[in-house]
Amino acid sequence: MIFLQIVFDNVSHVYSSGTTFEQHAIRNINLKIEQGEFIGLIGHTGSGKSTLIQHMNGLIKASSGNIYFNGENINDKNFVMRNLRSKVGLVFQYPEHQLFETTVFKDVSFGPKNLGLDKLEVDIRTYEALKMVGIGEDLFDASPFELSGGQKRRVAIAGILAMRPEVLILDEPTAGLDPLGRDEILNQVSKLQKETGVTVVLVTHSMEDVARYVDRILVMNQGRLVIDQETRKVFARYKELEEIHLAAPQVTYIMNALRDKGFSLKTDATTVEEARDEILKCIKRYM
Amino acid sequence: MIRDITIGQYYPVDSILHHLDPRVKLNGTLLFIISIFLFDTFYGYIAVTLFLLSIIKMSKVPFKFIVKGLKAIIIILLFTVFFNLFLTRGDILVQVGFLKISKQGLHSALFMGLRLIFLILGSSLMTFTTTPNQLTDGLEKLLWPLSYIKVPVHEIAMMMSIALRFIPILLEETDKIMKAQMARGADFESGGIIKRAKGLIPLLVPLFVSAFRRANDLAMAMEARCYRGGKGRTKMKPLHYKGRDGLAYVFLLVYFALVIVISIFENRLPTLL
Ligand SMILES: Nc1ncnc2c1ncn2[C@@H]1O[C@H](COP(=O)(O)OP(=O)(O)O)[C@@H](O)[C@H]1O
Ligand SMILES: [Mg+2]
Repeated sequence: MIFLQIVFDNVSHVYSSGTTFEQHAIRNINLKIEQGEFIGLIGHTGSGKSTLIQHMNGLIKASSGNIYFNGENINDKNFVMRNLRSKVGLVFQYPEHQLFETTVFKDVSFGPKNLGLDKLEVDIRTYEALKMVGIGEDLFDASPFELSGGQKRRVAIAGILAMRPEVLILDEPTAGLDPLGRDEILNQVSKLQKETGVTVVLVTHSMEDVARYVDRILVMNQGRLVIDQETRKVFARYKELEEIHLAAPQVTYIMNALRDKGFSLKTDATTVEEARDEILKCIKRYM
Repeated sequence: MIRDITIGQYYPVDSILHHLDPRVKLNGTLLFIISIFLFDTFYGYIAVTLFLLSIIKMSKVPFKFIVKGLKAIIIILLFTVFFNLFLTRGDILVQVGFLKISKQGLHSALFMGLRLIFLILGSSLMTFTTTPNQLTDGLEKLLWPLSYIKVPVHEIAMMMSIALRFIPILLEETDKIMKAQMARGADFESGGIIKRAKGLIPLLVPLFVSAFRRANDLAMAMEARCYRGGKGRTKMKPLHYKGRDGLAYVFLLVYFALVIVISIFENRLPTLL
C-alpha cells in the first residue's frame, strides 16, 4: 500500500503581509510525498525552497492552504507540534552555525535530550548518529568549534539524525563545501536512505548534485512548483530548465550534442558512469 | 516572530520626509524629544499629537507598521504606567486592597506612558525615513566641529553605521538559529525563568560566534579596500541643504515655538485633568 506521509494542499506563504516588504514566497503548492521517497528540491536562489521545507515541520505557518502529516492536519488545534518536529528532521543551510556545546558528543545529544529520552537512549542515539556521518570516537570530546568545515557540517547533521526522524530534510547540505566534502555528505545521506528507508528531501540549486541520488525532482520557480517528475524525465526537459536559470547535468548536454551529430544513443543518462556505458555501447555498434 | 521588531529599520517609500537632508531629521528628532518634556498639561499633548500625526502622514509609512514598533517596549511601558499609577502619593481616587490610585498617580501614569510612546514613535520615524548611511553621514557632519577638540567623529560615525547595519542582520541570524534549534526540539517559550534563561544558551552561543565571525570578515574586507580611518577621506555624495530643508526647519521651529508658548501659559488655562 502506498503511504502518503506529507501532503500539501494548495499551500501559500506571504512574508510581512501588508507592508512594502510583502513577499509571496510560495504560491499554491500541491504536493504529495510518500514514505521512503528520495526527493530533490531544486530552484534558483529565492525561488522559495527554504520557505517550502520549513512548512514541513511547522516552523512556518501557511498563510493559506493545508498541510497533512501522516493523515493529520498540522494546523488542527489538538495536533502536537513537538511530535512533528521530532519526526520531520530539518537540517538548515549552514547547519554548523548552530553548534553551541562544549563537545561534539554533547552537541549531538541536544536533540534526543529534548525528546525526553533517558540518558542511555540519548547516548546510544548520539553514538549511532555520529558513526553514521563518519565522525570517529577520537573527535567525540573535541570542541565543535575546532573541527574543519566539512566535519562541523557532519556533526550538525548528526544532531538531527540523532532524533531518528521519519523524514530527513537537508537544505543545501553541500553549500560551500569542496567536491570531496560534498560527495562524502551526499554518499552518507544516500547510504542512510537505503539502509533505514527514511524519506529524504534534498534541497539544492545544482542539478549535478542530485542527479545521481534522487528518484524524483521538484523544481521551484518564483514560488511556484513548476515540475514534479521522475529524475530522468526532468533532465529531458533541459531547455525548460534553462529558461528558469537552472541547468541539467553536463552529461545531459554531451549526450544530446552527440545525438544531434547523428549518433543513435539514449540521452537520459544522469551520471558520468551511465553516460560512459551508453557511449561505449554506441561505439561498439559502429565497429 | 523576531523579525517583527521594527525599531531602527528603514522603510523604503517615496515621501517628502525620505528626501529631507538627514541633518534636518536628526535636529528635528532632538527638538521633538526636548519638546515632549517641556509641558505638563493636556494642551501640550494635543500639540505634540497633532505634530506627530502630521509627520507620520507625510512619511507615507503605514500607521500599522509604526505602531508595531511599540511592541518591543511594551514591558517597559507597562512598568512605567504601573509604578506611576500605584506608587504616586496624592488624593486617593480608588482603593482596592493595598493598591491605591491617586489623582496625581493617574495623571503621571498617563503622561509618562504617552511621553514614552511619543519618544519611540518620533525616533523610529527618523529611522523609518532615513537609511543608516544617510543617518551616519548626517551625524558625522553635525558633530564635525568636535573633531577640532580631538573627538574621533568619523570613527564614531563609522561605528554607528556598522552597528545600525548589523541590527537587521543579527535579527535575521537570531531568527534562523532559533528555528534551527527549534527543529532540534528546543523550546524557547515555556518553563520558568531559570529554565528559559538556560534555554537561551543554544541561541546565544551561536549568535555570538556568528557576530564575531562577521565582525572579523568585515574588518578584513575594509582593510582589503585600504580603509584607514577618516583622515583625508572624501564623500561620494556630500550633503547639501536644499530649499525643502529650509522649509522643514521653519516648520520645526514653528512647532517648537508653539510648545514653548504652551509651556509658559498652560498654568493659566483651565485644567482638563
Ligand atoms: N524571513 C523572511 N522574511 C521575509 N522574506 C523572506 C524571509 N525568508 C525568505 N524571504 C523571501 O522569500 C523568498 C523565498 O526565499 P527562500 O524560501 O529562502 O528561497 P530559496 O531557499 O529558494 O533561496 C525570497 O524572495 C526571500 O527574500
Ligand atoms: Mg534557501
